[in-house]
Amino acid sequence: MEIIKPEDKQILDRILQSHGYRKDQVIGVLQQVQQEYHYLPEEALTYVARGLKLSEARVYGVATFYENFSLEPKGKYVIKVCDGTACHVRHSVPVLEAFREELGLSAERRTTPDMLFTVETVSCLGACGLAPACTVNDQVHPAMTPDKARALIAQLREEEQNGTDQ
Amino acid sequence: MSKYMFIDGIRVEFDQEPNILTLVRKAGIELPTFCYYSDLSIYGACRMCMVEDERGGMVAACSTPPKQGMSIRTHTPKLYKHRRMILELLLSAHCRDCTLCEKSGKCSLQKLARRFGLRDIRFRPLEEQKPLDNSSRAIVRDPSKCILCGDCVRMCNETQHVGAIDFAHRGARMTVSTAFERPLAETNCVDCGQCAAVCPTGAITVKSSADGVWSAIHDSGVRTVVQIAPAVRVALGEEFRLGAGVDVMGRIIAALHRMGFDQVFDTAVGADLTIMEEAGELKKRLEEGEKEYPLFTSCCPAWVRYAETAHPELVPHLSTCKSPMEMFGAVLREHYRLEDERDGKKTVSVAIMPCTAKKAEAAREEYIRDGRPDVDYVLTTTELVQMIEEAGIEFDELDIEAPDMPFFLSSGAGVIFGATGGVTEAALRRLSEDKSPRALREFEYAGVRGMQGVKTCEVPYGERTLRIAVVSGLGNADQLIERIEAGEEHFDFVEVMACPGGCVAGAGQPFGHRGQVDLRSQGLYKADKASVMKRSEENPLIRSLYDDILKNRVHQMLHVHRGQN
Repeated sequence: MEIIKPEDKQILDRILQSHGYRKDQVIGVLQQVQQEYHYLPEEALTYVARGLKLSEARVYGVATFYENFSLEPKGKYVIKVCDGTACHVRHSVPVLEAFREELGLSAERRTTPDMLFTVETVSCLGACGLAPACTVNDQVHPAMTPDKARALIAQLREEEQNGTDQ
Repeated sequence: MSKYMFIDGIRVEFDQEPNILTLVRKAGIELPTFCYYSDLSIYGACRMCMVEDERGGMVAACSTPPKQGMSIRTHTPKLYKHRRMILELLLSAHCRDCTLCEKSGKCSLQKLARRFGLRDIRFRPLEEQKPLDNSSRAIVRDPSKCILCGDCVRMCNETQHVGAIDFAHRGARMTVSTAFERPLAETNCVDCGQCAAVCPTGAITVKSSADGVWSAIHDSGVRTVVQIAPAVRVALGEEFRLGAGVDVMGRIIAALHRMGFDQVFDTAVGADLTIMEEAGELKKRLEEGEKEYPLFTSCCPAWVRYAETAHPELVPHLSTCKSPMEMFGAVLREHYRLEDERDGKKTVSVAIMPCTAKKAEAAREEYIRDGRPDVDYVLTTTELVQMIEEAGIEFDELDIEAPDMPFFLSSGAGVIFGATGGVTEAALRRLSEDKSPRALREFEYAGVRGMQGVKTCEVPYGERTLRIAVVSGLGNADQLIERIEAGEEHFDFVEVMACPGGCVAGAGQPFGHRGQVDLRSQGLYKADKASVMKRSEENPLIRSLYDDILKNRVHQMLHVHRGQN
């Protein structure tokens, strides 16, 4: 059993409390945990299972059922490239490839080793009029091209550089 | 007027039956299923039990309640086609090395493929082989053979409240998995093996120790001693068409001698020791005055493990007694230690158990002394069946034999350990001041016998009344513990057996339905009736053990200190 840090315990207790420690609210609890950590850490799931009086296997089952939950740590910038029908026909695949090439990622390796970038695809962002679209965290970038993708990475890297310099 | 429906034109009356499937079986028709067990919730996943209604519509018999006047057919060309398609699809993603499979001959998938005359599979097989989980002492998981019926998941969660496994992922990637895909040995699995008992394929099987036992038998430098648990004798005969509940102890002993075991004993001797110790512990506890918690039995290793993982607060209230197998194992080890020195041999101790958790129990740290476990190998009833077959022994033609000297005597109290309530009844016989046959009969009807999951009773004891609960099935135990902890109920003594119905329904036994399990219990009570000694303390062998091997070493040899882990 992993030992959980006191500050994490505090965060998780607050989340569990806000859901009244109810088993039927497991999805809501997991959503909040993911919001907090950008993914679902194993220790957090174990803690949540105990708090909700559910088996770890059941919580793991729920967490793996939904595509939106991630058990892998994600980068600071999560880039979601839309591959819905509209984006696909307007050449979202070259955009995705540009992101991956620029960051040295692939379909299997989705996060950079420095934990800065995660690139994944989504089935539809609901922004078909802006196709091909992608999001960086919650910000939408419309009418993407491979060049714009490379420029976006360069810009984010620069922001990061300046951020750490200050 | 009673309600009725038509099944293949046969008029079948119904009342409270929950689904058409029950009625179809009542009509004497065997509908194929993978995911239906009457004791578990209805899942409706496998679609093998589909039946056709009058309009050609298909419904799943397991999840459709019967309606007045309804008419269904269970075998039509459409249904055959449908069932064969399911089998083909299942088999396309399934390992087909039947001859090498542990479950061969007992696999539902294999049986149904034969029943429906499947000779060809149109779909390309999925190449992906998932890794085998061999980490547990008792259970082997082979996900490549899983058909996702969910029987194991529902057994583990609903009946046992353990929840070591569950469904994970979704769609084509769905699997039955432990939390975080950990090896089973690193989860809260209690090794009760009920998942393996309900698994229709070879996806969850019991780990076999047969090879190790054979090599010990064939090693001339080794003395093999073997003990047989009470529940084994009333179930093993089923595999040789001798009927459920028929006591075949004499034949088992004969078979073991033929296989080459040097010394054959009855675990009921160990059970007699357990009763002496456990009744003594209860007596002492009662003299200490009222306690918040009852004394919980500790014979069932799956229950002990469950208490440790799910209710660690109860561990101090578990009896310190070792299980009968481990008590006897310690006595045998000690007895043959001296003989081994004299004969220049090594004694290998084997136990034949109705149980998978005993395999894990034998490997527990507290039962290992000088680098060796007290019991070297645990075989299940079904493993023994396989070994008897392997040795070419015609079991049903064997003449009966008796256990060997010097541990040849046991009481009826030791034998009934295999039934739920048996430990309690044996303890009551020991505790009671009244040693008359009338007192024996009173305990028989006190409410400790029977197949119910939770039994409670009150028995007069000196000036006061003992409140006793007998539970089988860990889910039932969990609910009872909740009531005890909420202060809703109070007991002095609680017997817990992890498998619903007790050891006779253990996962090491041939798979038996409720009626069969009941017959096995009755078989044990019959053996008790026929026994010369009814109480453990009447057994002269036990008395001589206390004067000899156990002298000044009772605590060391028969008790354990729990709660360290």
